[in-house]
Amino acid sequence: MSEKYHNNFLKEVEEMVEEGEWVKMCMQCGVCAGSCPLGPHWAHPPQEIFMMIRAGKREEVLRSDSMWMCTSCYNCVVRCPRKLPITHIMHGLANYAHRLGLSPKNQPTQQFATLFWNNLAQTGRVNELKLSLGIYFKDGFAQGVKNAMAMQSVGLGMVKAKRLNPMELFGGHGVKDKTGFHAMLKKAKEIEDRRKNFA
Amino acid sequence: MADMKVAAYICQGCGLGDRLDTAALAGVAKKEGKAALVREHEFLCNAEGVKMIRDDIANEAVTHVMIGACSRRAKTEAFGFTDVAVSRANLREGVIWCQPETDEARETTQEMAEDYIRMGCAEVKKMTLPEGNPAAVTERSVLVVGGGVSGMTAALEASKAGYKVVLVEKFGALGGWAAKLHKRSPGKSPYAEPQDTPVADMDAAIAADTNIKVYLNAITSKTAGSPGQFEIEISTESGSTTTEKVGAIIQATGFSLYDANNLPELGYGKSANVVDQAGLEALAKAANGGVIKRPSDGGEVKTVVFVQCAGQRDDTGKHLPYCSGSCCSTSVKQAMYFKDANPDIDTVVIYTDLRMPGNGEDFYRSGQNKGVTFTKGKVSSVEAAGNQCKVNFHDLILNDQTAIDNADLVVLATGQVPNSGVDIDTKLKADIAAAAGDNSLLEAYNASQAEGAVQPISVLNLTYRQGPDVPQLKYGFTDSHFICFPYETRRTGIYSAGPVRRPMDMVQAMEDATGAAMKAIQAVENAGLGRAAHPRSGDLSFPKVRLEGCTQCKRCTVECPFGAIDEDEKRFPVFNESRCRRCGTCMGACPVRVISFENYSIDTVGSQLKAVDVPDEFSEKPRILILACENDAYPALDMAAMNRNVYSAYVRIIPVRCLGSVNTIWINDALSSGYDGVMMMGCKHGDDYQCHFVKGSELASYRMSKIGDTLKQMGLEEERVATFEVAITDIERVPQLINDYAAKIQEIGMSPLKGF
Repeated sequence: MSEKYHNNFLKEVEEMVEEGEWVKMCMQCGVCAGSCPLGPHWAHPPQEIFMMIRAGKREEVLRSDSMWMCTSCYNCVVRCPRKLPITHIMHGLANYAHRLGLSPKNQPTQQFATLFWNNLAQTGRVNELKLSLGIYFKDGFAQGVKNAMAMQSVGLGMVKAKRLNPMELFGGHGVKDKTGFHAMLKKAKEIEDRRKNFA
Repeated sequence: MADMKVAAYICQGCGLGDRLDTAALAGVAKKEGKAALVREHEFLCNAEGVKMIRDDIANEAVTHVMIGACSRRAKTEAFGFTDVAVSRANLREGVIWCQPETDEARETTQEMAEDYIRMGCAEVKKMTLPEGNPAAVTERSVLVVGGGVSGMTAALEASKAGYKVVLVEKFGALGGWAAKLHKRSPGKSPYAEPQDTPVADMDAAIAADTNIKVYLNAITSKTAGSPGQFEIEISTESGSTTTEKVGAIIQATGFSLYDANNLPELGYGKSANVVDQAGLEALAKAANGGVIKRPSDGGEVKTVVFVQCAGQRDDTGKHLPYCSGSCCSTSVKQAMYFKDANPDIDTVVIYTDLRMPGNGEDFYRSGQNKGVTFTKGKVSSVEAAGNQCKVNFHDLILNDQTAIDNADLVVLATGQVPNSGVDIDTKLKADIAAAAGDNSLLEAYNASQAEGAVQPISVLNLTYRQGPDVPQLKYGFTDSHFICFPYETRRTGIYSAGPVRRPMDMVQAMEDATGAAMKAIQAVENAGLGRAAHPRSGDLSFPKVRLEGCTQCKRCTVECPFGAIDEDEKRFPVFNESRCRRCGTCMGACPVRVISFENYSIDTVGSQLKAVDVPDEFSEKPRILILACENDAYPALDMAAMNRNVYSAYVRIIPVRCLGSVNTIWINDALSSGYDGVMMMGCKHGDDYQCHFVKGSELASYRMSKIGDTLKQMGLEEERVATFEVAITDIERVPQLINDYAAKIQEIGMSPLKGF
């Protein structure tokens, strides 16, 4: 339980979120909010998220979809007079919320990111065919067929131009030492979890 | 003067010889100007030309010199003869540079130049060489009233420059507000940590300084005299009085915190755990780096809330309307007291704008780094609940009506109220408002004077007829000429420094005190030489009065912006020369014209305007007189000419020391001798005035607003006299103003009073 305007949640963010120790340095000028191309699409601009963290609004922050809207354009980072790595903090917050299972369900960016990661982690290479099909079929079979039909001409065009290999559907290409690659990812996750006290 | 000998010199350099018929000008000087000696020179300001003039002064017994060359603002060194009276006819900036170089314009250009020669000759004949103040006395020591950081700095700086100092402090120890602090906000790089106050070091330095004499538990119970010869009566608490003679005074009486008892809605007085900034400093001093305890029960402090702008920046009229500019920094520092002792203590600063002047931004960042939480908000109320408080506020970033429920300590940043003494203008302002039909101020004043009401205590106890303290500007802060001369009050030789002048922090106060000490030294030295201190620094002339003509109307004593004129028992004016700034406002005020300066008088200007050749009604050549303030309007005109901005050839310009020195007789004389219009150009007046003499342009515009009747009596249109506000930067606008006015005069038609 975090108390209003007490530092409990701020401290949690500082410990658990990548670049979270920068949150206290925001001076609320709003340049980030004014610079963000996604301006009309989030509920809370970055500086407001930072203020909410300082005000101890833990649930509201972690359940928010605002940080998921970040497209990593880095406009805010370039312009921040206090040199906060805002993009990184946004991703850090999103990641932390996701790990806690608090992030909003069916948030498209989150779904895509999850698909992308799982796709990549299998073979060490992105399988674009499986990735696109995964996206098309995320809302059920009927919707997936509809989506695929809508994109049919683009897909066939890519096949013709040899930009898409239909055989990728069966396994596909990958790195040479898959066992080693998986061991590396496992080790990295262990280190990360240990650092952030995730069991 | 029997042995007056006038010599006129006409320069042919800078194109004057090509554009003007200088032989004809020489003829005018000889015939109409009655100059005994007239010479032309092709390059008057070079060594040879100046030597020629010097030789004439030495060998030909020349006493008055008229130089027809460039503006009086140019070549002041070459033509700076101190042993003769000098007038300058402005032929370069005033004629050839502001007139078109065409054949058609040649005639009017020449007429203009001839008039300026006539005016220069007429003026110089009425001038005498200023002798300086015969009553000049040099008492070189400086009195500093107030022994806080500002006062101590002023005393030490004056002493370092070699001047004796008398330091008077009301309380039993030096240090003032700073002595109450646990630590101060940082004054040097990297501006990250609170620092020790300089009080102990300065106290020791003063104790070791033989130049500084300290009176503790003492007040200045009487201040009489003028710069260079102030007599100060110092009374101590024990009842003894001493008299000290000093040359100048620095008032560094600082501020008091705004009384938090006026803020019951913020919980002050309702809970012992709501304190003002002084209260917190006392707690921190008691803890001395240890844990600060909750006042109500000595319990552990876990949460502290700082409420910024408590009773400040208030638009309801109940509290201080202004920002004190130092409390944000103080709150950051105080939050650090807690964070440095224990980083787990929650400190929240609820601010309006977080104003951190100077290098305060670094200090703010340091506070954030230590985990102080800053939130922009407006506190509506503080409720006491047991040993804790609930702070209700509107978070303006999140637009959230919210509260901090369990604050152990609430600190109110209440801001600075100047210790400036008695507001001598209250009654005056009330009287003016009452005259205009608004009695509210007068009623408030009378109520404040009722028996038993607490009266403000005078700081200086001046014996001036204008009141016991220096005038106040806004919100009770002492007077200062905020644009040009920040430390100068309207009482010459008395300077104010530190938070009594405007709200400020310690860094600024120390800078301020150093500046004021330098100004005080300047005043002392000038007073000793019988010269004006500022802004006419070095001026040796001072007002002379023909008392036998005086009607005791008191206008000069009332209107003098600087309190330089007292009254004797018979209500005759008594001039205090070294308090005078030589603006001539008294000369402009005097209805019987008995006040004058040796080199600037009713006659020097009056004879100039009468010397101008006014063509008859049918010539289609109007004449417009311009009386231009020599501080702003005249330089603007000169600079306009340097840029070859052309203006009407029908104007004749006379520089005046200040529009306040313009006597209405000049307007009368000008109009009755056939001028078609009179333009007056002075500085901006009002609350954000730019007048060098504070009230001069305001008084002038007031006087001129009354001139309508006179014009009607003379059968003239009101537009024939017009006042304009001109800034020194108006080099495009001034020629336009002149041309527009000239066009208007053409429209109205020529004055019917020509040729009488």
